Formats: sequence, C-alpha cells, structure tokens
Amino acid sequence: MTDSSTWGWLTSIDNWKNSYSQTGISTQIGNHVEYSLIAVVIAAAIALPLGLLIGHTGRLRWLVGVANGLRALPTIGLLILFYVLLAPHFHGRGNAVFLIPTEIVLILLAVPPILANTFAGVQNVDPAARDAASGMGMTGTQVLFRVELPNALPLIFSGVRSATLQVIATATVAAYVGLGGLGRFVYDGLASHDFPQVTGGAILVAVLALLADIVLSLLQRYAVSRGVSGRFSSRAGTGGPAAAEITQLEVVTH
Amino acid sequence: MNLASSDSSPLKLFQYFTDHHSQVLSWLWSHAWLSVLPVVIGLVIALPLGWLARRYRWAYPPMVSLTGLLYTIPSIALFVILPRALGTQVLDPINVVIALSIYTVALMVRVVADGLGAVPEDVSQAATAMGYTPLQRVIKVDLPIAVPVIAAGLRVATVSNVSMVAVAATIGVPELGQLFTNGFQLSAGSPYYPPIALGIVMCVLLAVVFDVAIVLLNSALTPWRRAVSPR
Repeated sequence: MTDSSTWGWLTSIDNWKNSYSQTGISTQIGNHVEYSLIAVVIAAAIALPLGLLIGHTGRLRWLVGVANGLRALPTIGLLILFYVLLAPHFHGRGNAVFLIPTEIVLILLAVPPILANTFAGVQNVDPAARDAASGMGMTGTQVLFRVELPNALPLIFSGVRSATLQVIATATVAAYVGLGGLGRFVYDGLASHDFPQVTGGAILVAVLALLADIVLSLLQRYAVSRGVSGRFSSRAGTGGPAAAEITQLEVVTH
Repeated sequence: MNLASSDSSPLKLFQYFTDHHSQVLSWLWSHAWLSVLPVVIGLVIALPLGWLARRYRWAYPPMVSLTGLLYTIPSIALFVILPRALGTQVLDPINVVIALSIYTVALMVRVVADGLGAVPEDVSQAATAMGYTPLQRVIKVDLPIAVPVIAAGLRVATVSNVSMVAVAATIGVPELGQLFTNGFQLSAGSPYYPPIALGIVMCVLLAVVFDVAIVLLNSALTPWRRAVSPR
C-alpha cells in the first residue's frame, strides 16, 4: 500500500469535500456509518429479545434453525433480488429507492448471527448457576436478566460483531445497485478506470470495519463482568471460565 | 402483478437455464473451483500455523488476534486492493483465490489450534510412551483426533466462500454471481427474476453439495466415531 496515487487520492482535500460532480469522502463515511448503524440497531432490537426468549423458554427453537439456514444464501443475490422486487414501489422518492431494499437485506443478514449467538449464550449458561439462582428465590425473569444475560454477553457480543462486519461489507456492495456510502468510490472508480479511487475507497472500508470491531471489543470489555470473562487485574486465578472458552464458529460472508 | 404466469416470473428459472445452459454451466464450474481452491490452500497454510499456536502457547494470542484482524476486511475491499498490492490485473480470478485463501487461513488457524488443543492429554501421553516422535504424534494421533473440529471449520469456510465468490461478479469476475448482475441489468425497465432466482438456487445447491462432501469426508476419515455411537 505504498501506492503513491492511492495515497494522493486519500490525502487530497478536494476528495473529502462535496462538489457538484462528486459526494466527498467525509459525507460518504457518514452515510456508510448511518446505513450500517440503522441495520445493526434494528436487527439487534429484533434478535436480542427473541434469542433471550428462545434460550430461556426453550420454545421456538426452529426459528434459530431457519435463521441459520438463511446464511447459506448468497448476500449479493439477496441484495439484487430485494432491490428488483422493492425498488418499483419507491420510485420518485429520492434515496428511498436504494435505501429501503438495502436496509431490509442488511437487517435480514444481521439477525441470524445475533439471534444464534444470543440463543447459544443463554443455552450455554452453567445449569448449576441457573439452579442456584432459582434456589435463592429468583423469579424466572430475574434469572434471565441477572444470571443468563450477563453470562451470555460474550457470545452476544461476538454475534453483534460479526453482524456488524457483515453489514459494513454488504453496505459496500450495495453501491453496485446505487446506494451511497464508501462503496460508491469502489464502483464509480471501476467504471471510470480511476484505480486510485477504487483502492482508496476499499482501504477506507477496511479501516471502517476495523474501527467498528475495535469499538465493539472495547464496549465488550467494559460490559462483560470480569467474573464471566475471567479477566482479573493482578491475582489471576488458574483457568477461570475463559480457559474453557468454546470455539464459536459462524458463517460470515462479507 | 401476476408473478407466476408472466415471462419474468422467478419460476421461469428452468427455462432460463435451458436457454443459457452452456454459459451457466461454465459459470458454475468457475464458481466451484474459485470456492474450493482457497479452502485447500488455506487449510494447507493453517495446519502448520495452528500447530505452532498450540505448541508455543505464547504464539496463540497474537496469532489469533492477527488472523481475526484479517477477517474484518470486507471481501469486496480485498478483491480490489490485492491487484494494487500484488500487481495483478483487476479482473484476474487469482485475486479472488488469494483473498478467500486469506479468509480461510484467518478462520482455520484458530480452529486447528483449538482442535489440536482438545486432544485428551492421556492420549498424547500414551502415544509418546509408545515411542512416537513429536512429529509422528501430531500427524498420526493428534491430527486425526482433531479432524471433526477441523471439518466443522471447513464447512463454515466453504459455505461463506460460495457466497463471497458471487460478490466478485460485481467487479466483473465471471462466475454464478454474473446471474445476479445480469438480472439486475435486465431489470432496468421492469423486474426480470429468472436469472436472479436461478443464481440463488445454484449458489445454495453448490454450498449444500460442498457441505455434504465435507461431512462424508469427515466420517470417512474418522471410522472410530462410527464404531461407538455416542447415543
């Protein structure tokens, strides 16, 4: 990445400002963050309560299976299918033509990882801890929010992190159907054979994805109890829950 | 909007297939090898790295976080950055192979390390007591025991590769994703679903075929798991 022309594109002030011919980098970063945030927040609002409920009650497990099955679908195929299907209904409403079909696909992609991990997180809670909580006289709701949720947080966070990465990546590809965001630079650059712009846009996407993951990992450090993460300041115990950490694999297509 | 009867109905995907079968089959073929080759390359690289991360404990955290970092880079970004970094042509499929190999390594290093780590201690000690050298033990004892874990990782890698290969069609690499981009262009006036529906069906079928192949390979490589059924 010592490419001088890419560096030139990234560091030219004019490229960061809006002009008649092109939306600037700073605006597109804002757009990309906005599109991604909308999708992740809505997906979490759907998947978190649902995952907690399914994990706690053990009912509706098939929903998790269905959500996991969704992940085998090619993201770009879904994106184009939904665009072609929905765009005619939003013609003449400005950005909504691109935005609404894309957001629906992004939410559809972000729900399965959050749902599956929330469910798995609650399922993996040590039954002894759950029994102890009921033995202490906690009600079902108290067990859910005071025992199961805190213990499930590491897995929930890993679900939110993969969902976020997938959303940022797919929002980039959504520029192919006409959405704004950083993908614009990649596809517009390819169309006009402006390769510094293509690479510059791609680097910005990679940096954005990395930053989002770092922010979420810091949030996770702050939110997850040290008793759960096994991260103690000085007198580190032997092992702890972290030693028994399970490999949680998930299909992430970005 | 009567979807079922018009020529643009998604159900006309069979018609679309028979009309364009030679083209579609060549896309299927390139899609298949673009998805599988990176898994093979990635596994070959991840095996020694995963072993290193297990053998030298201090190497595990940096290696897992470094590969995790690689995994955060969106595929479309990697597809177009690689040609600049390596001096290859933008449309060269080799970029896709390298990018997906990187993802496979990123995923599999941790899987291999964890799989080798799950080998019971007494089994390793028994092998050592029987006179296995460390290398022999890894190849003949540890690795076969880790096969189910590694296979689970490969299933994930393959399924996500099939989806990511399709993304490369948006920058012009010919494979099944081309059915989506064609469908998009043909829908400029009014929606035209057959190629899009065909693309989704073929991608899913391809992923399922690979998944079944890995499951079968896994049980062929671990005959002892069939001898004693856990349930």
